Amino acid sequence: MAAIHVIQGHLKLLLGHFQLDSGEFELPLQGVTVLFGRSGSGKSTLLRAISGLDKQTEGLLRVNGQVWQNGKHSLPTPQRHIGFVFQDAALFPHMSVRQNLLYGLKRLPKAERKAAEADFEGIVTRVGIADKLDRGVNFLSGGERQRVAIARALLMRPKLLCMDEPLSALDWRSKSELLKLIEDVVAEYRIPMLYITHAPAEVERLADRVVFMKDGRIETIETLQEALARPDSPLFDDQGAVSVLHGQPLPSQEGLHPIRLGSDTLWLSEGADTQREQVRARILARDVSIALSDPKDLSVINHLYCEIVELVESAAPRLLVRLQMQDGQKLFAEVTTHSARRLGLQPGQKVYALIKAVSLTE
Amino acid sequence: MLELFGTSVNLAPIWLTLEVAAITTVVLLLLGTPLAWWMAKMRSSNKVVLEALVALPLVLPPTVLGFYLLIIFNPTGPVTEFLRFFGFEGQLTFSKTGLVIGSVFYSLPFAVQPLMHAFEAIPQRLLDAASTLRASFLDRFFTIVVPLSQRGFLVAATLAFAHTVGEFGVVLMVGGNIPGQTRMVSIDIFDHVESLEYDQAHILSAMMLIFSLCVLMLVYGLNRRFGVKVG
Repeated sequence: MAAIHVIQGHLKLLLGHFQLDSGEFELPLQGVTVLFGRSGSGKSTLLRAISGLDKQTEGLLRVNGQVWQNGKHSLPTPQRHIGFVFQDAALFPHMSVRQNLLYGLKRLPKAERKAAEADFEGIVTRVGIADKLDRGVNFLSGGERQRVAIARALLMRPKLLCMDEPLSALDWRSKSELLKLIEDVVAEYRIPMLYITHAPAEVERLADRVVFMKDGRIETIETLQEALARPDSPLFDDQGAVSVLHGQPLPSQEGLHPIRLGSDTLWLSEGADTQREQVRARILARDVSIALSDPKDLSVINHLYCEIVELVESAAPRLLVRLQMQDGQKLFAEVTTHSARRLGLQPGQKVYALIKAVSLTE
Repeated sequence: MLELFGTSVNLAPIWLTLEVAAITTVVLLLLGTPLAWWMAKMRSSNKVVLEALVALPLVLPPTVLGFYLLIIFNPTGPVTEFLRFFGFEGQLTFSKTGLVIGSVFYSLPFAVQPLMHAFEAIPQRLLDAASTLRASFLDRFFTIVVPLSQRGFLVAATLAFAHTVGEFGVVLMVGGNIPGQTRMVSIDIFDHVESLEYDQAHILSAMMLIFSLCVLMLVYGLNRRFGVKVG
């Protein structure tokens, strides 16, 4: 069976006092699908149920139309061919890095093992652990442990790669390095991924599709664009509304790093990898102001010509303004109701969005 | 018979003791491992009952345990009858088999408890990771659980062995102190003391003391040298 492209069903799992009852779902898997929700919302439990790691799982699960779970009958985990990267890496402490990597490889059928052995050098180098193969895993840093865990899963050529908050135990530098690695791995190996996090910034950076979970249920399944388009999105609970703009990185000029968005250019103070075709820039609605004319005498560099799509009531006395840029991408601005009235903002009006801060989704 | 310091000592009880202890240890590791695993993974409240049952020999007077075993395994009792149906001959009490059965029950907690604690200390995630790497249950058990429970196995085997060597009450009840057949060393020493043969008692006691000390030192030495660090 080739890579998994759709899973559907209805999974139930009772663990102590926690009840997972996913509800009927159909989840297309392309690129990265993020399971998002607060702790205790059932993200990990759902992922374990999909992987078949809990014997008590009940319900129905079809993967590419094939039945993996029917009532209490389930396909054992070793036959599901799912790669799993755990929160704390779950490396085998009595083995070296190399032994950890080879553990699964030895259990592959002969033909697949040959292919996997051929991949070994490439993956180990790609993941950046080539010089650590003979170390004991207890002597690795948190970031290194996760790299080994990712390599160990990749070597098995899984049909689906599951990651359960792989960054939660890391410092910010390792986090950002590992996020980049995960992005690259998705792009290079084209393995669909299910990724758990409760950090909106990770969703905005990685996700193609988001599964929102609450109280053991799947609430909604949306594309990232859909999830970012609704002002009441759970992704906005932390820092208010956020926009994610996709653009093409250009070579730096005068110490600034431009990104092309259609006919507009967004100037960043931090550099993106110009090798990439596309990067994502993250803009908080509260960092976007609105002007009726293009102000010349202002320290803010990014002035984008936009059209107001709608005004959305937000937590008073604030108002969310949804703007459409010239290339069609949407941008949220947050203004006070007072300013909106003073400027006479209304849908269809042409305005300038002044962006005070942009960050790459890192 | 061995001549030591001008006293002749019958070594048969020593050999019998070591033999029974060795067989008991093997049986306990074979039976105790799955039992300990089952208990370690048990989530229901029945675990309390099972834990209490396994721990009973720790608090029960050995004579009580021996008495019940004698009743259950007596030559006309249901267990023996059942075994006879399958062609079993001989009897379960007052024989070497009886000594091993009694010892297995008596030393059960000493094997099961260290194993159970060792199994409980292994993070479930490691086993989950191994399943996603296509290891079957037995494969996971022998490649992850056993190596990470080395200390537990070592402690279980030592305690089961040493405890069986040192038992008295149960083997007296179930074994019956038949010279050359079921007379174990602890009872032999008691008999010597009873008949005021202090020389023999001295020699046997000293031998047991030195032997036990050596076994324990060997185990702790091994534990120190090959001790696995988990974490």
